Amino acid sequence: MNGQNKENWGSRIGIIFAVMGSAIGIGNFVRFPGIASKYEGGAFMIPYFIALLLLGLPIAWVEWSLGRYGGIKGFNSSPGIFRSVWKNRISPYMGVLGLVVPVGIYMYYVLIESWCLYYAYAYLTGEMNLGKDPGAYQAFFGDFTGVKEDGILFSGVTPAVVFMLISFFLNMAVIYRGLTKGIELLCKYAIPLLFLIAIVMLVRVLTLGTPNPDLPDQNILNGLGYMWNPGAGGKSLLESLKNSQMWLEAAGQIFFSLSVGFGVIITYASYLKKDDDIALSSVTSVSGNEFAEVALGGMILVPAAFIFLGPLLIGGQGTFTLGFITIPMIFAHMPLGQFFGFLWFFLLFLAAYTSSLSMLQPAIAFFEEGIGTGRRASVTLLSFIVLVGTSFVMYFSQDTKALGTMDFWIGSFLIYTLATVEVIIAAWIFGAKNILNEARKGALIKIPRFVEFLIKYVTPTYLIVIFSIWVYQNMPGYIKGFSEDGVARLTLVFIFVLIVFFLFLIGTAVKRWDQEEKKGGVK
Amino acid sequence: MTPGGWFIMIVSVVGVSTFFGVSLYMVLTKKSAPEHIHSTFEETPDMSEEKDS
Repeated sequence: MNGQNKENWGSRIGIIFAVMGSAIGIGNFVRFPGIASKYEGGAFMIPYFIALLLLGLPIAWVEWSLGRYGGIKGFNSSPGIFRSVWKNRISPYMGVLGLVVPVGIYMYYVLIESWCLYYAYAYLTGEMNLGKDPGAYQAFFGDFTGVKEDGILFSGVTPAVVFMLISFFLNMAVIYRGLTKGIELLCKYAIPLLFLIAIVMLVRVLTLGTPNPDLPDQNILNGLGYMWNPGAGGKSLLESLKNSQMWLEAAGQIFFSLSVGFGVIITYASYLKKDDDIALSSVTSVSGNEFAEVALGGMILVPAAFIFLGPLLIGGQGTFTLGFITIPMIFAHMPLGQFFGFLWFFLLFLAAYTSSLSMLQPAIAFFEEGIGTGRRASVTLLSFIVLVGTSFVMYFSQDTKALGTMDFWIGSFLIYTLATVEVIIAAWIFGAKNILNEARKGALIKIPRFVEFLIKYVTPTYLIVIFSIWVYQNMPGYIKGFSEDGVARLTLVFIFVLIVFFLFLIGTAVKRWDQEEKKGGVK
Repeated sequence: MTPGGWFIMIVSVVGVSTFFGVSLYMVLTKKSAPEHIHSTFEETPDMSEEKDS
């Protein structure tokens, strides 16, 4: 089974760009600057970089190592890889989250991706020429996403449905073409294009100067200062660093931004050959994500918003409000705003496209190796599953309730859970030393010895502490909302059904793998 | 923009850009490691279990 017709990456840069594409998403350009400016960017960067070193890089090495190890054993999906790493009856079932997390996130992420595509289209056609009234942008977003009423998006052929289907087919077409001819080929062009567009946007923002002479304080230097100055409000840097919430959010941003705990990197790395480098490749993917987030994302949105809208309109906004209502207002004030608006939303679409693609591959790999379906049948089955989920999210569109609930439970809670399971299996069952030895095979850079200590003690502790604080802070509110809200309850039932469905398939796969093992089919 | 802001912005932006630039340069220029420098680690826990059984 697994060893036969095994796919591999075509080049080293191919997998690096694919992993980078998975990691670089809307969060790099919208979520990161929003959070950093909330905590006076300057002070925020200290816990941010500490989390990168103690959490981000070690978990990336763990995922790349587990993935390539499982791939050599003939497995490409989390259940199979966990089974090859830990010979225990329950180990493949622990990998269920490696399927549920990417598939579940895809169900709503493809929707957000289609919003970016529609906004880019609307800028191109002049539909976004709505003037300078913030209410117009709020109404535009509300009408398009159906936040007023459940079921409204299915009341006819609405743009939301059309653009969701376009995004959906763009994803499935690439996945159907396979790893090398699909994902790798697309990312090889999409990632450089994404960087190029972001650099054009950066140059535009840095050359804005003082666009309104009546508001001389709203200039580029003060905009950068709003983003990067430490110790705002008369606080010293040390006082700012005492804010525990900032440390929590910095770690969370690193964690989500690098796509660790998604079940994606482990699958991507499983397509590497035995002696392919993973040490340098993983570091390069991480560094590419950081470049996109800090050097590009950190320099564009907040300074531009400060210049055109002032500090009052930036602070304390959610990602959707910032991304789809505030940002269009910036372009309404900017010279050639229609063109730059198109460029910005096309950039976000590209970032989302390469991320959403990666969320499909783990399930495709599992269907092929676990239940023995061919590529066409796997893509058809997965298309059906995610279409059901996306339609569910679109139907319950009022106040983006279903989307928010799925994001909370799958996009936060289950990601933390999966990452914790992965790190514990890697560090304490497979062994931190073995992980490092695996990472050192074919390595093009040296991995320091102290990383073993990090993987074994520091990273799991850091992760468990953050996860526990996150649960303590967020769970009571959500459980209260859960008891009062029918849509939230229904969404949770949907997630439960999805988990049971994949557990059932894993059970089938385990029987199949056991039988093949008896025949000597598995290495 | 305060001196502290300039310092943190430059260190962060130049730091991540250099990190990315150097990593990418190494990826593009380094050839795969030859066989003899591979780790001596050839056995994993599951292999021992297979042997035991």
